Amino acid sequence: MAGNPDRSKAETGIMRWIDDRFPLTQMWEDHMSKYYVPKNFNVWYLFGVLSLFILVNQLLTGIWLTMSYEPTAEGAFASIEYIMRDVEMGWIIRYMHSTGASAFFAVIYLHMFRGLMYGSYKKPRELIWLFGMCIYLVLMAEGFFGYLLPWGNMSYWGAQVIVSLFSAIPLIGEDLAQWIRGDYLISGITLNRFFSLHVIALPIVLLGLVVLHLIALHETGSNNPDGVEIKNHKDVNGVPLDGVPMHPYFVVKDLVGIGVFLIVFCLIIFFFPEMGGYFIEKPNYEPANPLKTPEHIAPVWYYTPFYAMLRACTFNFWGMIDAKFFGVIVMAGSIAILFVLPWLDRSPVRSMRYKGVLSRIGLASFVVCFITLGILGAIPTTEERTLLAQIATGIYFLFFILMPFYTRIEATKTPPERITIT
Amino acid sequence: MKKLILMAFITLVSSSLIAAVGTSVKLQDANIDIQDQQSRQKGMKTFVNYCLGCHSAQYQRYERAAEDLGMPVDLVLEHLVFSDQKVGEHMTNAMRSNQAAKWFGAPPPDLTNSVNLRGSDWVYSYLLSFYADSDRPYGVNNTVFENVGMPNVLSKLQGIQERVCQTTPNEDEHNNEPSDVISCQLKVKADTGVMTPVEFEETVRDLTNFMVYMSNPNAAASKRIGIYTILFLLLLTTLFYFLYKEYWRDIK
Repeated sequence: MAGNPDRSKAETGIMRWIDDRFPLTQMWEDHMSKYYVPKNFNVWYLFGVLSLFILVNQLLTGIWLTMSYEPTAEGAFASIEYIMRDVEMGWIIRYMHSTGASAFFAVIYLHMFRGLMYGSYKKPRELIWLFGMCIYLVLMAEGFFGYLLPWGNMSYWGAQVIVSLFSAIPLIGEDLAQWIRGDYLISGITLNRFFSLHVIALPIVLLGLVVLHLIALHETGSNNPDGVEIKNHKDVNGVPLDGVPMHPYFVVKDLVGIGVFLIVFCLIIFFFPEMGGYFIEKPNYEPANPLKTPEHIAPVWYYTPFYAMLRACTFNFWGMIDAKFFGVIVMAGSIAILFVLPWLDRSPVRSMRYKGVLSRIGLASFVVCFITLGILGAIPTTEERTLLAQIATGIYFLFFILMPFYTRIEATKTPPERITIT
Repeated sequence: MKKLILMAFITLVSSSLIAAVGTSVKLQDANIDIQDQQSRQKGMKTFVNYCLGCHSAQYQRYERAAEDLGMPVDLVLEHLVFSDQKVGEHMTNAMRSNQAAKWFGAPPPDLTNSVNLRGSDWVYSYLLSFYADSDRPYGVNNTVFENVGMPNVLSKLQGIQERVCQTTPNEDEHNNEPSDVISCQLKVKADTGVMTPVEFEETVRDLTNFMVYMSNPNAAASKRIGIYTILFLLLLTTLFYFLYKEYWRDIK
């Protein structure tokens, strides 16, 4: 018969016909029914599947929004009002998309924190982490491009501020910013290209990266709260003793998580879609106006930690680099440093459960600083707040820079041979 | 315990930071009842009579308002659509924005989203806060929106409101530089308007209520659908939970 004889195949029927031409049964077994997942997963392990769920939500609602949206400076704002007021169920679709954007970042941040806490980036899972970081980076760009599309006044000025960051780069900055905008200031031309990037280019890249992230994950298998390999202990058939098949066990478990998530998500969509101005900002109810700067420009909440770092750089760095450019470097560096995390952690153990006190203090102060920066980035600056932001930025970087030292010198506990269930 | 301390710390930092941001003008509570359809209908009548001449509501259709506020469409067409517009059209006017800019300094903003932009308390307070000021081109100023370009279009109803300021000497002995405390109040001159202050506040409340409706015409539907959706999801999640328990019963 046709096909690779080593592959799992159905005995008869339509499945057999397909399996001889396409490895469907084999793929199902590889990724679902015979893909073994550590059985000690806790609630932190829900955020991966939730981000996949939200990605699908964003794609579907995005397709329907695009049907009624008009990507021109003259028509964009009115087309959003048209979606909200005239399109059947348009307001639900739009709120699902706008709330979905915030939910995406919330879930991704928790997913990344899980990785930090249980050492999921450590050998042999470095590539999973790197693909994940690429997803995060693309997601930030995707969110930024999408934010301009409603063509509200905050959209406009937010884009103006962020694109102007590129102009801080010496020599090429001004030309680069102009090249990105396609104009001397944010205009309909910028809106058109951001629309194109938001609905075509970045979603394709994002989907590709998600596939890579998952292929890499399914190659090594999942880490778990204990940070020990389940593949080290297998039964006679080669099935990990501490693993259970993805399907049906984790499918039914994840459904509960998705249900709880949907309840929270729908509470926001139907009862607090603007989230007090944090998901949809007040100045965005006014069309973009290049002559009227909003009183207080702040990015959406999921960028505010980095915005706070940018604003914290108020001094010229050793007189060589001007403050704005230094801020851009710090902001870029704060994300770049996450990419090398797998090589900064020298601890012999993965999970925070068995790491020493220094790692715990490090992670706790990192979280506190990240949240503090997030709040500071959302509100106007004062002298004290700038100082606080500078301290928090410093600790953010120290968490990573000192990691090779504190993870090596601290005393760690010995992880168990096999996973523990609490 | 550690989590609790961490959370307490975060809440403390965040709340103290947020408390530091505030608005400068004290607003009155609009105190509107979004269930009160009659109030919204009266508000719409005030809106088309007093606001729509200069301001548009370019995203709001007459017909949609009629349906949402429970008014027969033909009555709306007869009594609330003054131009030769059709009932399915947007609530716009014939004023050209470049002319309007010449007359008022800036073109009158579209009002469909004004409550989203500024909040219902702001709109309510603003409309109550005009006072006579001979230095201004239209003879009025506003305590909520200083040096506003708009005349007090409701003055026929409200009457002439004046800003009365009283100066009282500062009695604080510890203050090294004694300064006078100035407190101002808005007072309507008796018998200058056709409404009593209470009636006028009610009219402005109705108008604000209509503008709250315009800012989010889906609010009622959102609550209704929302409740059913949440109930359905609670049921579904419960079923998922039992399914999960059933499957995991023998996993140790």
